[in-house]
Amino acid sequence: MSADATTGGGTHGEPTAEVLHRIRLRVNGVQRTAQAPARRLLSDFLRHDLRLTGTHVGCEHGVCGACTVLVDGQPMRSCLMFAVTAQAHEITTIEGIGNDPEAMSPVQQAFAECHGLQCGFCTPGFVTTITAYLDGNPDPTPEDAREAISGNLCRCTGYQNIVAAVSRAAEIRRERRSPGVDGAPVDDSRVGP
Amino acid sequence: MSTRQFGEKVQRREDPRLLTGNGRYLDDLGHDALAAAFVRSPHAHARVVDVDIDDAWEVDGVEAIYTWEDLTGRVAEPLPVLIPHPALTHARTGYCLAKDEVNHVGEAVVMVVARDRYVAEDAAQRIRVTYEHLPVVVGIEKARAGGELVHADVPDNVSAHLLQEVGDLEAAMADAPNRLTLDLAIERSACTPMEGKGVYAKWDLDEGSLRLYSSTQTTTGVRAAVAAKLGMPLAKVECVAPDVGGGFGVKIMHPWPEEVLVPWAARNLGRDVKWTEDRREHFVSSAHERGQLQEVTVGFDDEGHLLALDVRFWHDNGAYTPYGIIVPIITATQLLGPYKPGAYRVEFWSLYTNTVLVTPYRGAGRPQGCFAMERAMDAIAAHLHLDRAEVRSRNFIQPDEMPYDHGLMFQDGRPLKYDSGDFPASLAKLKALVGWDDFAAYREEAERGGRRVGLGIGCYVEGTGVGPYEGGHVHVETSGRVNVATGLTTQGQGHQTVLAQVVADELGVRLEDVHVTTGDTRRMPYAVGTFASRGAVMSGNAVALAARVVRTKALRIAADALEVSPDDLEIDDGVISVRGAPGTSIALSTVAVLSNPLRYAFDQSAAAATQFAGTFDPDKPPVADDEEPGLEGRDFYSPTQATFANGMHAAVVETDPVTAEIRILRYCVVHDCGVMINPMIVEGQVHGGVAQGVGGALYERMAYDESGQLLNASFMDFLVPYASEVPHVETDHLETPSPLNPLGLKGAGEAGTIPVSAVIASALEDAEGFPIRSMPISPSELWALRAQHASSAAPPDHVPAQEGPR
Repeated sequence: MSADATTGGGTHGEPTAEVLHRIRLRVNGVQRTAQAPARRLLSDFLRHDLRLTGTHVGCEHGVCGACTVLVDGQPMRSCLMFAVTAQAHEITTIEGIGNDPEAMSPVQQAFAECHGLQCGFCTPGFVTTITAYLDGNPDPTPEDAREAISGNLCRCTGYQNIVAAVSRAAEIRRERRSPGVDGAPVDDSRVGP
Repeated sequence: MSTRQFGEKVQRREDPRLLTGNGRYLDDLGHDALAAAFVRSPHAHARVVDVDIDDAWEVDGVEAIYTWEDLTGRVAEPLPVLIPHPALTHARTGYCLAKDEVNHVGEAVVMVVARDRYVAEDAAQRIRVTYEHLPVVVGIEKARAGGELVHADVPDNVSAHLLQEVGDLEAAMADAPNRLTLDLAIERSACTPMEGKGVYAKWDLDEGSLRLYSSTQTTTGVRAAVAAKLGMPLAKVECVAPDVGGGFGVKIMHPWPEEVLVPWAARNLGRDVKWTEDRREHFVSSAHERGQLQEVTVGFDDEGHLLALDVRFWHDNGAYTPYGIIVPIITATQLLGPYKPGAYRVEFWSLYTNTVLVTPYRGAGRPQGCFAMERAMDAIAAHLHLDRAEVRSRNFIQPDEMPYDHGLMFQDGRPLKYDSGDFPASLAKLKALVGWDDFAAYREEAERGGRRVGLGIGCYVEGTGVGPYEGGHVHVETSGRVNVATGLTTQGQGHQTVLAQVVADELGVRLEDVHVTTGDTRRMPYAVGTFASRGAVMSGNAVALAARVVRTKALRIAADALEVSPDDLEIDDGVISVRGAPGTSIALSTVAVLSNPLRYAFDQSAAAATQFAGTFDPDKPPVADDEEPGLEGRDFYSPTQATFANGMHAAVVETDPVTAEIRILRYCVVHDCGVMINPMIVEGQVHGGVAQGVGGALYERMAYDESGQLLNASFMDFLVPYASEVPHVETDHLETPSPLNPLGLKGAGEAGTIPVSAVIASALEDAEGFPIRSMPISPSELWALRAQHASSAAPPDHVPAQEGPR
């Protein structure tokens, strides 16, 4: 482990003071660093240390999928991973998929067109999951689409419009397909510290 | 001419922000705030004997630890009874932190404030609470038996007993040629929004003021409650709902203990404090709902017409009654659905149990009522060998009988009087949509293939848009930007879009120029909240009325400037012009400048306005006596009664002849919520409602054991449906405008959820040939029912041969 360990100061009860680690993480193409204890969840580290609050925490036990980020391109639950263990990996959050409301990714645009979100809390987890899914399955049937999203909970939409958004996103990807647009690396400039 | 926005499937204004990680939910705020965590009771009923906090202070980063003993002023008093009722004779509420006694697992006992949540939880774990166990009451049967008491001073565990009767029930029942009695049960469930509750208090040391953010369905209610509890002037407290990750009812309950304690601690410490509920906390300390036992007796003639309806039910209200008896009252009244019951008597007992308190969850007592009524309809049809849709049809209130007064008091204390609806037309649409008349052929074909299918139906009427009021404020800036504020809050209903649609049309401006703020007491201090499918009805009409005020003022100012009559003017795309003389016009932004006599030329609009500022009457003040500066207006919408939306659902289910696995093959909805502002959003509300209904029908229940432990307090065990469990929903709409409000609206938020358990029960009954009397139902329960009916009677003749050995 490459983290530097330092001890957090404290006024009460020195024996319980926590060891802090200097955690270096590559997030949305940018190298980020912050001090945190070894037990800091990746979800909390992203949200509270790096202030990338687009990743949401819905259950903290890996069931709801709201906290899904891409780890080396694969959807994973950031509430089930420690920040220190994520250091060797490339993390992509919703902000990395598209942080500019005026320039949404195909999946984000499809959600807006299909009314695929209501309260929006679960949405980042769906967008990251579907983005990765379409990379490997560019032309899913509605049945495939439903299967692809059935590891994420949504309490608002009943999923029907999310299923539609998967198909629509696949279309938009094809419409936008030209070198440097579809599947291009994330825009680093949009996710500063 | 600009496109009319009202009635269009306009894409949501809020989506680009929410889709790109730019939403701001409660826990996205206050990164530097101190964090609160709670020690919660592990016991369902116990006396708190001792709280030892010494060890907790050893944890580095702890700032404060509070028990009930530490609470001051009204914070130490019991929480309020929000909605009293004469029948609620034994209301009981808890304390912000338990005093002497805990009454359910999850009740807060100690509050810890620390550097961050991890540290706060470390400290909380070191706190040792000594309890003395008391007898535990779990389940309606045990509460009803009354042997053990939840509250020692509440006899028989009854918080409320209410009886309403219309007509002479005893006589009508005695005269009825046919009578049936059904014993029914509905399990507990809960809202479980994806975002739990949360509170963030910013204490301003300089001003001695409080800004409170809460993931709530009512900011005005929370503000008033907190000001009262903390003994602060209302003027020093403001409350804002940031983006809220779903509510479904649980966040209309207020004040939650945390909503009082977090700002109280912030004031004590002179620091910002935040608490974000975790999922387990939500299961064991936020409210649940459903949970009733019902006894329904119907008297009817040989054609299936209802002559008498006698309903008794027992409602589990959990440990406390801060939200009164709204849920059972709604069950008692909305049970009637689209039908004329003949003589009607309904009597309920609301009972304490040592479980989490019960407050409205989407549908709010209606799913239970609909279940009772629709099971009775199917039972009548079965008894008389009549078509189930036909029996319903024969009992419908007819369109020419509207408005129809049931002679009962509704949840808002006003008459239960339906404003409009065309139930025969809705049923005709539903039968066409699901293929009602062709189902027998489909069933035969399925049976030939060894498959077992059933068709179910359920109808409901939903009182929506209850008062007392909501307000709208519309302000046109000199840039042409239109700010709209309404006080109720948003949890995904698309208010920023639909209210903008309303105002854009009323005012004659572009949709993109309209910006809507909800749930911010700084912008609209008078409001009620988001519940009872009231958002569109109440705030839709309120912002329409406010926009009309602004339009009138704008036309008056423009008429002066252009030296024409206001009657000759029209507004389109933010430009006021003379009808038939399009060259003579003035921008609304310029009118905004003219509306304010103090106008430094800061922008182009102000500069343009100077050409109209030439002449004035030196004998008149710059702002006339009955005028105000600024192009803005405010108005309130306050209805005399609720509007009544309605709908009818049908489902085709398939049950596995061997394993009893249940699959919903088709789900059809005909929905009438009056005029639709945005059909896309209405459809989304219906889809989501049905999904929650499916959860309640087949998957979700609160598994309390006899000691009051909630055994499934996680998303791993409490089965919120995934996409794999929710059927594709086929919808059709009827638009019967409400005559009660200017826009003809009725509410839509809860509709999808209400009849689902009734519909699935109906379909399962049809598939299996035996009555379904309890929901939700799992495959194993269905399998057990099959075994029970196979052993107690000859198997139904359409059970295929490969049925299991039992």
